[in-house]
Amino acid sequence: MKITRAEVEKVARLSRLALGDDELDALTGQLDAILGHVEQLNELDTDGIVPMAHAVPLENAFRADEVKPSLGSEKALQNAPNPVDGCFGVPKVIE
Amino acid sequence: MNLIDLTIHEMQQQLADGTTTAVALTEAFLKRIHATDEQLNAFITVCDEEALAAAREADAQRAAGNVLPLTGIPVALKDIFVTEGIRTTCASKIFGDFISPYDGTAVRKLKEQGAVIVGKLNMDEFAMGSSNENSAFGPVRNPWNSDCVPGGSSGGSAACVAARQAAASLGTDTGGSIRQPASHCGVVGLKPTYGRVSRYGVIAYASSLDQVGPLTRDVRDCAIMLGAVAGYDAADSTSVDTQVPDYLANLEQGVAGRKIGLPKEYFIDGLDDDVKQAVDDAVAKYRELGAEIVEVSLPHTKYAVACYYVVATAEASSNLARYDGVRYGERVDEGKGLIDMYSQTRAAGFGDEVKRRIMLGTYVLSSGYYDAYYLKAQRVRALIRQDFIDAFEQVDCILTPVASTAAFGLGEKTSDPLQMYLSDIFTLSANLAGICGLSLPCGLSDNKLPIGVQLLGKPFGEAELLQTAYAYEQASDWQGQLPTL
Repeated sequence: MKITRAEVEKVARLSRLALGDDELDALTGQLDAILGHVEQLNELDTDGIVPMAHAVPLENAFRADEVKPSLGSEKALQNAPNPVDGCFGVPKVIE
Repeated sequence: MNLIDLTIHEMQQQLADGTTTAVALTEAFLKRIHATDEQLNAFITVCDEEALAAAREADAQRAAGNVLPLTGIPVALKDIFVTEGIRTTCASKIFGDFISPYDGTAVRKLKEQGAVIVGKLNMDEFAMGSSNENSAFGPVRNPWNSDCVPGGSSGGSAACVAARQAAASLGTDTGGSIRQPASHCGVVGLKPTYGRVSRYGVIAYASSLDQVGPLTRDVRDCAIMLGAVAGYDAADSTSVDTQVPDYLANLEQGVAGRKIGLPKEYFIDGLDDDVKQAVDDAVAKYRELGAEIVEVSLPHTKYAVACYYVVATAEASSNLARYDGVRYGERVDEGKGLIDMYSQTRAAGFGDEVKRRIMLGTYVLSSGYYDAYYLKAQRVRALIRQDFIDAFEQVDCILTPVASTAAFGLGEKTSDPLQMYLSDIFTLSANLAGICGLSLPCGLSDNKLPIGVQLLGKPFGEAELLQTAYAYEQASDWQGQLPTL
């Protein structure tokens, strides 16, 4: 076993996914099979290989610090499920 | 000839000589969409009114002498491109009735070139899938056989071009999502080099792999569409500031003297006989056309699927963290606090495949597994890229199958995610390496389904890749083969 049901539950919590028992059961088997396949990467000796994060060499892209028009709060809020006084309303965070 | 049967370059000609108008073309495609899409389900949103308004404007611009390459050409967009004023869903429930306050760069460029956008296309949710069965809006059906999948994730983008519902479309390709559906639907599909087309305004799946590209009826149309959307964009810091060549200028150059490599690792057991035959025939045709065929080796090919599904899901789990029910989309709030609101919203909004990839990505990035999985995969990714660098020292272009079979049946692979992932083996490496790749029709299977051949090119070698594809297309019988829909 590459992954246990308890680990799958933990990952669901980290992922902010409220999954049901059926989903957790199915995912345990599926993730185990996929991770089993991924295991073959260990056949390769990768000592000294620099991890590749990107396909093209990237440098920081700087731009001049100029004031420009932005989206504006009306447009930014046009899809909000709970706009409150020009802000995004969310459940209470601090008691 | 029916208007919907025309290629973009034929439409340009007819628009120029006054034989047709943008309004006539747009009406013809809209009529076709409404006649066929109940069967195909290629579109999530059809924009009749907006399209006709844009067509009238295109005709007015033409009358005023303002003609651009795409003036009056009806095109459609994978529903992963955000569009101002038109709903964007990414084929997910989590967006609700999201309407973007802005156009992404590729969309803006198409509009600036005069294109008419007829609608937004179905896809696998968040571009995660190889069959277009992972859509909150139902599966797309293959125009050649409605019991078969169109491929994915840009299934709607491929099906709509094959079914002549639009002149061309835009898709995205993270591991084969343009090339594989193009192959399964018998159209031309190009994944440009990473950095060639801006990703600004494209809903992110795996940011180091995602790339925008066209799906078209023929290679010349593909060159026209790429020219319209390619180029540096200050809004995408990973777009590369290198000149966009005129992709049409030397399209007819031919392949005499070009070296085409056949990677031995791609011609393996498990390749269907009719796919092997079609690809072998394409190789023979290239030889006839004067290309030199050379065997090459891409020794780390067998590790591509494992590498990809670690890298891509890790990036996806991070990218999709933004869907939390706060700023847009459907919120599920049972009054149990913020974290619960996030978790309920995400559980209700994401489909099974998206959840699976978020879970896998979160796992490989989690404390204790990061080095063993994520860093290991990034190191293997460097080896896979080096394979291509070495091969391109010997050859100008690499030729492979796109997929080991023609389009498979709906429901055939949905029960086994790993088997579905393994079907991407021939296309994933190009994304990991960041090179360009193109799928080109090269035959029909015994069951009368299209088969594609893949051409892989050097970074920013799209012009050469299109020339190579064009030479074959002109010399083969597969150009213009259409489903009898």
